[in-house]
Formats: sequence, structure tokens, C-alpha cells
Amino acid sequence: MINQGVVMEAGMVQGMDTVIDSRHGTILYLEDVSVSFDGFKALNNLSLYIDAGELRCLIGPNGAGKTTLMDVITGKTRPDTGSVFFGQTIDLLQLDEPAIAETGICRKFQKPSVFDALSVFENLQLALKTNKSTWATLFSRLQDEQLARIYEVLATIGLTHLLDKPAGILSHGQKQWLEIGMLLMQDPKVMLVDEPIAGMTHQEVERTAELLLSLQGKHSLVVVEHDMAFVRSIAKRVTVLHEGSVLTEGSMDDVQNDPRVIQVYLGE
Amino acid sequence: MKNLDKSFGLVIAVILLVSLLMPLGNLLLPEGSAFKFSAYSISLVGKYWCFALLALSLDLVWGYAGILVLGHSAFFALGGYVMGMYLMRQIGDRGVYGDPLLPDFMVFLNWKELPWYWQGFQHFGFAGLMVLLVPGFLALLFGWLAFRSRVTGVYLSIITQALTYALMLAFFRNEMGFGGNNGLTDFKDILGFSIQSDAVRSLLLLTSGLLLIIALLLGQALAGSKMGKVITAIRDQESRVRFLGYRVEYFKLWIFVFSAMLAGLAGALYVPQVGIINPSEFSPINALEVVIWVAVGGRGTLYGAVIGAILVNYAKTLLTGLMPEIWLFSLGAIFVIVTMYLPRGLVGLFDHWIRRWTAQRQLLTPGAQEAGL
Repeated sequence: MINQGVVMEAGMVQGMDTVIDSRHGTILYLEDVSVSFDGFKALNNLSLYIDAGELRCLIGPNGAGKTTLMDVITGKTRPDTGSVFFGQTIDLLQLDEPAIAETGICRKFQKPSVFDALSVFENLQLALKTNKSTWATLFSRLQDEQLARIYEVLATIGLTHLLDKPAGILSHGQKQWLEIGMLLMQDPKVMLVDEPIAGMTHQEVERTAELLLSLQGKHSLVVVEHDMAFVRSIAKRVTVLHEGSVLTEGSMDDVQNDPRVIQVYLGE
Repeated sequence: MKNLDKSFGLVIAVILLVSLLMPLGNLLLPEGSAFKFSAYSISLVGKYWCFALLALSLDLVWGYAGILVLGHSAFFALGGYVMGMYLMRQIGDRGVYGDPLLPDFMVFLNWKELPWYWQGFQHFGFAGLMVLLVPGFLALLFGWLAFRSRVTGVYLSIITQALTYALMLAFFRNEMGFGGNNGLTDFKDILGFSIQSDAVRSLLLLTSGLLLIIALLLGQALAGSKMGKVITAIRDQESRVRFLGYRVEYFKLWIFVFSAMLAGLAGALYVPQVGIINPSEFSPINALEVVIWVAVGGRGTLYGAVIGAILVNYAKTLLTGLMPEIWLFSLGAIFVIVTMYLPRGLVGLFDHWIRRWTAQRQLLTPGAQEAGL
């Protein structure tokens, strides 16, 4: 019975890989997306295109719609109008959160969301890319390559020595890393990373920058961050959001010298 | 963690010993011996085991999945009614009215034939299956509607309470065909043996004890499995689990149905030992009591729920014998005290003491050695 479960799980993993059609170089399309909450337009005809393998930074003052944008992509919020496509073919508006996660879009929350009661190892184990149906989960056993993958990610995020400790005792920065590790375990195509360096020490920030830079190419990353020095250190292309739409897009230098951006950040 | 495993083993050992020794004392020892346990005490302990199983089933959904169900005794009562139906059919023509097929209350209501939903319950195997399927199906239906609409927290708790209340009102009606107000009682036999006999009572105690132990072991295995981890994760960070790609509502549904089946099983074992099932078992106050047992013992540990159920019910037996009018006040007081001072219940308190004691001993040991040298 147990062996059967394992075999089934292995089979499902192979069959599960969704083919993302990114032939045109773009992996994520958002077109004319609008979201309003009680008359407040959180997103206003926003259009955004993310290339396959790129690392894009999103900046913008508070309330510009950065988190709402991530909510729309991951299925938490349904837009009033507009379309959101993953590759050429997958309409994300037709899918719910687990289905979107399964296609390979995953997300780190603004507030680190790890499972405090579970150990660091178990946190990663739950995130592991595998068949996540109830029965498969009930009979699941870790296979050698899955175990190896968990240890690999543990080493990447520097938490190997804490693997059996409950995630609740980790520092804020370590929790951020653990959550990034949980994203890596899902082997995602697109990673949405909301404020990754909040609460980190200077060294931790540097290591996070290195980690994110090493991920581009293999994964597409969308990073939301307020720390401009950090954004400058990782970003090639920066998108500035303001009042729910894209204000401008370009290199960090272009963006920082744009008078409209200066006005938005500094006020009149 | 070590302490936890030890306590878990201890609880299982005690249940096993009591379930074996009490029947042996009752059946083998001569009249007048101190350990000649009475039939009454055997059934009483058997009843405690059933309550413990019910508490354990609630702990699975409340302690692990974080779903506070305020109507869990509905599943217990349904399991009880299913067993009651089997026991009624076993009476045969020995009822007051002597009808070979119809239970007394149906003859009294002038019913001419057995309703379709009473068919098949003369077979123990069929009834046994229904003990699991009826509560399981209700949980499936209810859970599917509630979890799919993402009803959580206090709203869900209130709806579950409404569910058990609605069932109570329904079962009070004579037209439902379950004996109305009086419920099902005057049972004679189970599997052809007299339900009043010491041997049957002893066997029921042993069966309840063994099933309780099996449920404890199953529950612990579940909690340690990946399934258990996902369920714990849902309790703490539901939306995170969803974004990891798990269908949270199916996991909640799974544990809810599993738990409802365990509760049904507990009810089915309870009915032959107390000899009656009536609609008051559905009453919301019963459902709240189960929550208190689990809170007193300490939720999220399984054996804590078992300890809580046994201790509170023992206190209830003592107090309702001495001063029945103060029982509800005591129950309320227990709940307030536990909520305010023992958030992890008795199990949490013991765990704290053991930790402190071992820490002190570790501090003292090297000093003592130096003194000796």
C-alpha cells in the first residue's frame, strides 16, 4: 500500500509539468487590469509584461497597487476587467490559487508566512513540488532525490543547522529565507517576491541579493521592494507603479532621473 | 517530544490495563471481593472510553486543523442512533406489543409497516457500516458546502451548532420515525447475547478500550505524516498552504469526515453501554461539553483530549451524585479557569512541570557530584 503510494506520486510528478508557451519571450501578460475596492481603484488599467528568465523590480509609493498586482496574478483577487495570461495559453483568471501554484507561479508574502509549529525541514517538505492531492499526501513518502533536493535548498538558504528546529524560533530574516526556500522547493517558473529583505541585517541583505541574482535566467522573478539601494543592486529593469498603473519602466538610472518618478516620491 | 511520547504510551497502557482488569475482576473474582467490579462501574468506564474517543475525534479537527466544531456530538448521536436501530431490530417480537417487525413506538403510532430507512438494520454488519457512513456522509455534505465557500472561524462554529440543534428538533418529532422524545431504548440483545449480561458489558468495555487505543495510534500516525503536517499548516497559515498548491478545502473535508466517523463510532459503542439514545444527545450543551473536555486536557495532543474527557466526566459522575444543581456552574468555572490559566490544558501543565523538574535536576547533578568528590 505504502509502496504503491510512492510509485503513484512519482508518476504524477512527471505528468504534472505544465507546458508554458513562452515562445514570444514573454512569460506573464497583464493587460488593462483594473481592480477596485469600494470605489477605490487599486489597479487602474494596468498593463505589464514579464519576460521569461528576467528579474524585474517593482517599486512605487505605498498604495500604488504592488501587492494587489501579486494578488491578481496568484488568484487571490479577481480583477474587474482585463486579462492575465501565463505564457501564450494559460488564462490565469480561469484558475484558483492552488491551480495557479501548480502551473508554476509562486509567491513570497510581504509578512513572512512560514509554518511556525513545523520544523524548518517540514516547511520545505510541504512546499516540495509533487502531487498535492489529499490521497497522494496521505500516503506520501520522501524519495531519495526529494530528500536531496530539500538538503540542497537548506544549504542554499543557509538553514541546514536549524533543520529540525520549529520555524517559529527563527529570526525575521531567517523566516524570509525559509519562505524563499519554500518557493525554490516548488521549482517555480515565476517567483513573485514581496519585500524580501525587510528585517534583515546588512550581510543577510547582501546574501539575498546574490541569491536572487543567481535565480534569474532559470526563473522569472518579480521583486517588490522599498529599499532603493537593494533594488539598484539587483535590478536591470525597474517598473514604477503609481495609483494603480505603470508610471514608467526602464533601468534604475532612467527611472531615478525621471521627473515624474521624483514627483511621485517626493510630492509636489 | 520525549515527554510527549512517554505520556502517550502511559495513557495507552492505562486504558489497556483498565479495559482488561476490570472485566476480569468482574467475571472471575468471587462475590464480596474488593476488585469484583460491578456491572454499573464497568459500563461507566466503558462510557468514559466512548467520551474519550469523541473528544479525540474533536481534537483532530480542532487541535490539528483549527476548526472549532461546536456540534461534534451530532455525529456521535447519529452513530448512536444507527446502533440503536440495530438494537431495536434485535428486540424482535419481545416488545410490549409483541410485533415481530415493528418497534414498540411505531405500533404505538399506528404505523403499519417498517419505513424504508429502517430496512437492513437487523444485520449487524450493515449497521456497523452505517455507523461510519451516516455521520461521514453528513460531514461530507456539510463540510463540502462550508469549506468550499471558505466559511471559517466563529461563523463555522455557529453553523455547526445550528446543525446539531436542527437535528435535535428533527429527532424530537415522532414523524421522523426514531422514537421522538423517548428515543430508542429497552434493548435486549446484541449479536444474540443479552445486553444486560456481565460478559457482554465486559466485552463492550474491552472493545471500546481497544478502539480508543487504535484511534490514538492512528491519530498519532496521522499527525506525524505529511497529511498531518499539511493540516497543521492549514491551521496556522491557511492562505500560505493554498499558494503552495494544496486544495485546502479538500484537506479540511478529509479530516472532518474522518473525525465525524470516529465520533459516530464512539456513539455506536456508547448506546449499548448506557441502554438508551434520545434526541437530547444532539443538544448544543453536549457539543459544548466536548469542547471543554478537549480544552481541559489540552488540544493538539490527542492523549490530552482523552485525559480531559475522562477527568471531566469522572468529576461529573461524582458531582451529579452529590450536588446535581452545581454541575453546570462547575463546568463553566472549569472552562473559564482553563481558558485563562491553562491555555495548553492539563497536558501543557504537566509538560511544564516535567521540563522544570528535569532542568533543575540537570543543574543539581554536577554540583552533587563535586560535593561527593
